Amino acid sequence: MWVYTGGEQTTMADITANQAVTGPLIAADGTPLKRKLAQTTRRARMRALLLTAPLVLFLLVSFVFPIGQMLYQSAHNPSFGDVLPNTARALAEWEGDGVPGEEMFAILAADLKQAREDRSIGRAATRVNYELPGSRSLFTRTVRNIGKVEAAPYKEALIEINEKWDDPILWATLKRVSNDYTASFYLAAVDRKYDADGSIVMQDEKRQIYVQLFWRTLWLSALITFLCFLLAYPVSYMLSVLPLRYSNLLMILVLLPFWTSLLVRTTAWIAMLQSEGVVNDLLVWTSVLDDDNRAQMIYNRTGTIVAMTHILLPFMILPLYSVMKTIPPSYMRAARSLGANSFTAFRRVYFPQTIPGIAAGTLLVFILAIGYYITPALVGGQDGQLISNLIAFHMQRSLNWSLAAALGGILLVGVLVLYWVYNKLVGIDKLKFG
Amino acid sequence: MKIGLKTAIAAAVAATLGTAAMAEGSLTVVSWGGAYTKSQVEAYHKPFIAKTGVQIKSEDYNGGIAEIKAQVEAGNVTWDIVDVELSDAVRACDEGLVYPIDHSILPPAPDGTAATDDFLPGTLHECAVANIVWSTIYAYDSSKMADGPKTMADFFDLEKFPGKRGMRKSPKANLEFALIADGVDPADVYEVLGTPEGVDRAFAKLDTIKDQVVWWEAGAQPPQLLADGEVAMTTAYNGRIFNAVAAEGKPFEIVWDGQIWDLDLWIIPKGAPNKDAALEFLKFSTDTQRLADQAKWIAYGPARQSSAPLVGKYNDGKIDMGPQMPTAEENLKRAVQNDFEFWADNQDQLNERFNAWLAG
Repeated sequence: MWVYTGGEQTTMADITANQAVTGPLIAADGTPLKRKLAQTTRRARMRALLLTAPLVLFLLVSFVFPIGQMLYQSAHNPSFGDVLPNTARALAEWEGDGVPGEEMFAILAADLKQAREDRSIGRAATRVNYELPGSRSLFTRTVRNIGKVEAAPYKEALIEINEKWDDPILWATLKRVSNDYTASFYLAAVDRKYDADGSIVMQDEKRQIYVQLFWRTLWLSALITFLCFLLAYPVSYMLSVLPLRYSNLLMILVLLPFWTSLLVRTTAWIAMLQSEGVVNDLLVWTSVLDDDNRAQMIYNRTGTIVAMTHILLPFMILPLYSVMKTIPPSYMRAARSLGANSFTAFRRVYFPQTIPGIAAGTLLVFILAIGYYITPALVGGQDGQLISNLIAFHMQRSLNWSLAAALGGILLVGVLVLYWVYNKLVGIDKLKFG
Repeated sequence: MKIGLKTAIAAAVAATLGTAAMAEGSLTVVSWGGAYTKSQVEAYHKPFIAKTGVQIKSEDYNGGIAEIKAQVEAGNVTWDIVDVELSDAVRACDEGLVYPIDHSILPPAPDGTAATDDFLPGTLHECAVANIVWSTIYAYDSSKMADGPKTMADFFDLEKFPGKRGMRKSPKANLEFALIADGVDPADVYEVLGTPEGVDRAFAKLDTIKDQVVWWEAGAQPPQLLADGEVAMTTAYNGRIFNAVAAEGKPFEIVWDGQIWDLDLWIIPKGAPNKDAALEFLKFSTDTQRLADQAKWIAYGPARQSSAPLVGKYNDGKIDMGPQMPTAEENLKRAVQNDFEFWADNQDQLNERFNAWLAG
């Protein structure tokens, strides 16, 4: 044992008597031992870090970077400024009242001519159309006719092509979209928009959909999580108390669907629940249902709930099982022998010990459910769609990637907030996945 | 960095959309699958391969320009030539996603008429060349309904014709149908739909059948829904119904009243790996004979006037194809041409409203 004595302190003098030290300890190569030690541990730590480098890099490339980009794109859409750069600059300086003068129109006409050559007007037109429906054709038509506009006065010439150019609302919108950074997509994602004066108002009642879908997603996810919990708790209990050879067999029954492709399980539910499907046939055969009145159990919310509960069930069973397995049966016996009835023994002794498993299971199932996409798309029909289905719609169909990104951003923040609340309520350190 | 960001997102989308890598030296032709792709394989691909020796890889998709946009912006284009609807062709062109096409390279008609005069008016676009005229109609199973529906209003009449309805999960065509059924003259449909009251009116009409509707997305679904008895009648692409009748002997009947016709066109994505071969294919497949040949396999009207007289019988040699075309005079009586500009202007707000209406 090395002891730094430092001065007169020589309580262990009998051990170190032969090595009486007056200064810091020195390693073989002459550097102080303390620094040497720090050096070697640092090197070891760096090596260990290097081993994790592939994972860190992978997370950066496949997770942090795309999510950062998505968030960036939800608030940054340069389509207008890219296509009509000079107009965008002029608009930024314009005070934004009524319809601008000849100077602005001259710049616009020049930009439109350039856009015609580049064949790029569609991008700017689409951007404006998000904010002011119906203005897409204003741009595409004007560009088609811009060749005829050769000399001043440009203002008159453009208004001649399409009188919408004389509309102050259009110009207020243009001023807004000329800024690459915008909150419009977040507003759209919560059913709000800018009105003509630039203040925030609700979207037309008949176009409001996203808030409703966010709530539905949360509510359905909570319901599915609860159903999973109800179904999984007794199953996990049985798995944990049965003798090994039976519980292994049962475990395979749980795991087999877990290993089966998601699509297969979803389509299996379609075969089961459709109006000419197994369940309906059985109900008709047993005269529970009339042949003309088959139950609609798929392509609606019921279908989404049933299929998702089934698909997510293993994520609840496995953590519950792993926690229940560790609870010694003697605890319950002890509670009973101390006078508790079986319910009290369960409530006061067994249940509290399973909470880490419940916590892990509900967190897993809820977070998976909130972003579920394929299953509701296939079996959800009209009213079983979740917010992720609309994100996919904007990615693949409407091509409004900024809106998709804003919806995704809100979903991400929502999950983080829930996680935080959850941590306050349950405590993440209590989580036990197995 | 700006381009870097966009490229990476586009790449991610391209990856999720699952575009397959392209085999070297073969042409990737993308179309709508099912009976329609088969008609193209028979009429265009096979003779093209025989003539040039270029192999063709045929891929299916469900329409829209999301994949093309993703591929072009990611700089990883695997599709050489794509069959799209007019509104998508126009949008792709406006956004610079496709090459402009010089119409003078198109082969003239057999009698020497220049291609620009031979193609039907409106079928040549600066970035796209039409091959066929197709139509959205509705159809029913005549073995289950002896005295079947005749008009668009009948489709919305649940009392006279009870049963489920199949409709495409999109506001396109459905809003027009609703207005025609509600008594709007087909010629005025887009004018009415251009007003807020008109849109309300269309949705109100759709409301009357909403809980009886089964929504479909791929063109191959509606004939299947009819065959399975899942729906009593369904909107569909006319060629799909025709093929179920002609090739599979299904007892389906088409109602042409209020049909909405549209074009399918070839476009070549910017950066297509085999642009020259794609152009050759485009020229070859839109010549007079090839367009007429396609009509042997599916009931879509050729986009060239000179092809019409060459259209004969279906490939079984029995059914006369002329009256099966959307462009047949009998079928055009109360027809609407899809207004791509209306949809380009209004699809964002109408899609949103349609989605909200569906979810509500």
